Amino acid sequence: MITKDIKKRFPILDQQVNGHPLVYLDSGATSQKPDVVIEAIKRYYENDNSNVHRGVHTLGNRATDEYEGARQKVADFINASSVQEVIFTRGTTTSINTVAQSYGRANVSEGDEIVITMMEHHSNIIPWQQLAKETGATLKYVDLEDDGTLSLDKVEETITDKTKIVSVMYVSNVLGTKNPVKEIAEIAHRHGAVMVVDGAQAAPHLKVDVQDLDCDFFAFSGHKMCGPTGIGVLYGKKALLEDMEPVEFGGEMIDFVGLYESTWKELPWKFEGGTPIIAGAIGLGAAIDFLQEIGLDNIDRHEKHLAAYAMEKMSEIDGLTIYGPADPDLRAGIVTFNLDGVHPHDVATVLDMNGIAVRAGHHCAQPLMKRLGATATARASFYVYNTEEDVDRLADGLRIAKEYFSDVIH
Amino acid sequence: MSSINLDQLYRRVIMDHYKNPRNKGEIADGGLTIDMNNPTCGDRIHLTMQVEDGIVQDAKFDGEGCSISMASASMMTQTIKGKSVEDAVRMSKAFSDMMLGKELDEDLDLGDIEALSGVSQFPARIKCATLAWKAMEKGVDSDVNPN
Ligand SMILES: Cc1ncc(COP(=O)(O)O)c(C=O)c1O
Repeated sequence: MITKDIKKRFPILDQQVNGHPLVYLDSGATSQKPDVVIEAIKRYYENDNSNVHRGVHTLGNRATDEYEGARQKVADFINASSVQEVIFTRGTTTSINTVAQSYGRANVSEGDEIVITMMEHHSNIIPWQQLAKETGATLKYVDLEDDGTLSLDKVEETITDKTKIVSVMYVSNVLGTKNPVKEIAEIAHRHGAVMVVDGAQAAPHLKVDVQDLDCDFFAFSGHKMCGPTGIGVLYGKKALLEDMEPVEFGGEMIDFVGLYESTWKELPWKFEGGTPIIAGAIGLGAAIDFLQEIGLDNIDRHEKHLAAYAMEKMSEIDGLTIYGPADPDLRAGIVTFNLDGVHPHDVATVLDMNGIAVRAGHHCAQPLMKRLGATATARASFYVYNTEEDVDRLADGLRIAKEYFSDVIH
Repeated sequence: MSSINLDQLYRRVIMDHYKNPRNKGEIADGGLTIDMNNPTCGDRIHLTMQVEDGIVQDAKFDGEGCSISMASASMMTQTIKGKSVEDAVRMSKAFSDMMLGKELDEDLDLGDIEALSGVSQFPARIKCATLAWKAMEKGVDSDVNPN
C-alpha cells in the first residue's frame, strides 16, 4: 500500500503555488525527487567528489566505487544479465541516438527498413529519420488502433525480412498505453531485426525485465524516476555492444592511444567518453533504492488506480474528451484530455492559477497529435506521491476552467 | 479567488477577438506569406499581407492556438492595416516591451492591444502573444531584404 505519507518524502511538494497547495501532475515530463536522492547527491559532493577511474587517491576510489555501485543497481533494477550491459548516458534521447549512430550506421544500408510506430516521442522518431536519410533505408510506421493501442497484426504486416531495426515505446507518454513490446520483439527477431525499446515512461512505473522482454536495447532517463536530470541509461545485449563502435571519443573510454590509432576500453566504458555524470549516477542509484523499497508492483497498481479514478471523475465533466485506451488495465498513470471549446494552454493556465501543474501542448509527439486530429492536448500524469485528493483537485480545477471560459466566451 | 488574477489575462476585449477573430482567412494572391509556429506548444499561424509603397494594405491570418495567440493575431492584423511598415515594426517592438512589463511611450497608442499587457504576468504565455507579431516582422523583413 502506498499511503499519503509518501508525499512528505518529497520536500518540493510542500509548497503553495498561486495561493493553493501544489498538486504536481506533470511527472511524465519529469518527476520530483525524494529526500534520499537529494541527500545522496549532497553527501557525494560534500564527502567523496572526485573523478572516477583515474587517481589512486582515496576520494577517487570512493567516487569510482559509488559510480560503479550505481551501475550495479541499474543492472539489478532492469535484470540485465551483466553489469557490462549498462551504459550511462545523458538520458533516453542520447541512448536512442547512440543506437542509431553506432548500431544503425554499421548495420543499416540502402533498401533496408526501420520500423517504428505512430505514437512515438520525437526522440524515438528523429534519430531514425536521420539514419534513414543517411543510409537510404526506408522508415516505416505502424499505425495505431482507434482505441490508442497497437495491433500485433499490423506489426506483423509492417515488419519484413528487410527490417533491420524495430523501435517502439513501452509506455506512451500521451496515451498512457502499455505496448506489447515483448511480443513485438519476438516478431522483430523472427525477421532478423533488433528490437529497441524506449522505456522512458516504463522504467519509472513498472517492473522492467530486459531478459524477459528479450529486447536488444532499452533506453530510459533518470529524471522521470525520482533521479536527477542529466543521467540516463542505455542497456544493450553484450554480444551486440561488443561489436559496436563508440560514438564519442576522448578521455575515459580509451585503452591505448597512439599517434594515429587508438583502442577502446572494454564494455561498458568504451561508450562513456569524457568525465561521466558521476553525481547523477549516484543520485539515480539512490532513486532506484527508493523505488524498490516501495516496490514497482505497488507503484504500478497505485498509478493504475489513480488513472482509473481520474478517468471516472473526469468523465463526469461534460465536453471532456480523454485520449487513449478506455480500459485502465491497458494503461499507465497518464491521462491526456481536452476540454471542448477551451484550448489546452488556457486550461493549463487556469489549473496553474489553482496550484495544479499539468502539461499542455503536443508532448513531443507531433505525428501522434496529427493522427489523433488534435493540435494540442492537456496531460495529467501521476506518480507515487499523487493521491485521490490530487485527482479531486484536478476535477475541481477543470470545472472552474469550464465555468470561467463559458462565462467569457459564450 | 484565483479568477481575479485570471481576469488580468483574459480581458473581455481579448475574449471578443478570440471568439470573433478579425481578418481571419487568407489573401488570395500577390501577398507576402509567412508560416510560423511555436515549437514548444504547437501554436501555428499562417499570415498573409499585402504591402504596397511601404504601407500594409491588407493582412489576414489563419492558424491554430490558444485564446491568447489567436486574439493577439486578430488584434495585430487589425492594428497594422493601413500603417506604414515602419510603424508596424515600431509597434511590434513596443509590444515586445509591453510583454516584458515595460511602460509604453506616451505617444504610442496600441489601442485594443493594450489589453494584452496582463500577459506579462504569465511568463509561460508570452510566446503565445508574440507569435503573430514575430510572423509580421519576418514578413516585412523578407519584403525589404529578399534573399
Ligand atoms: C516516451 C518518451 N521517450 C523519450 C523521452 C525523452 O527523454 P529525455 O528527454 O529524458 O531524453 C521522453 C520524455 O519526455 C518520453 O516520454
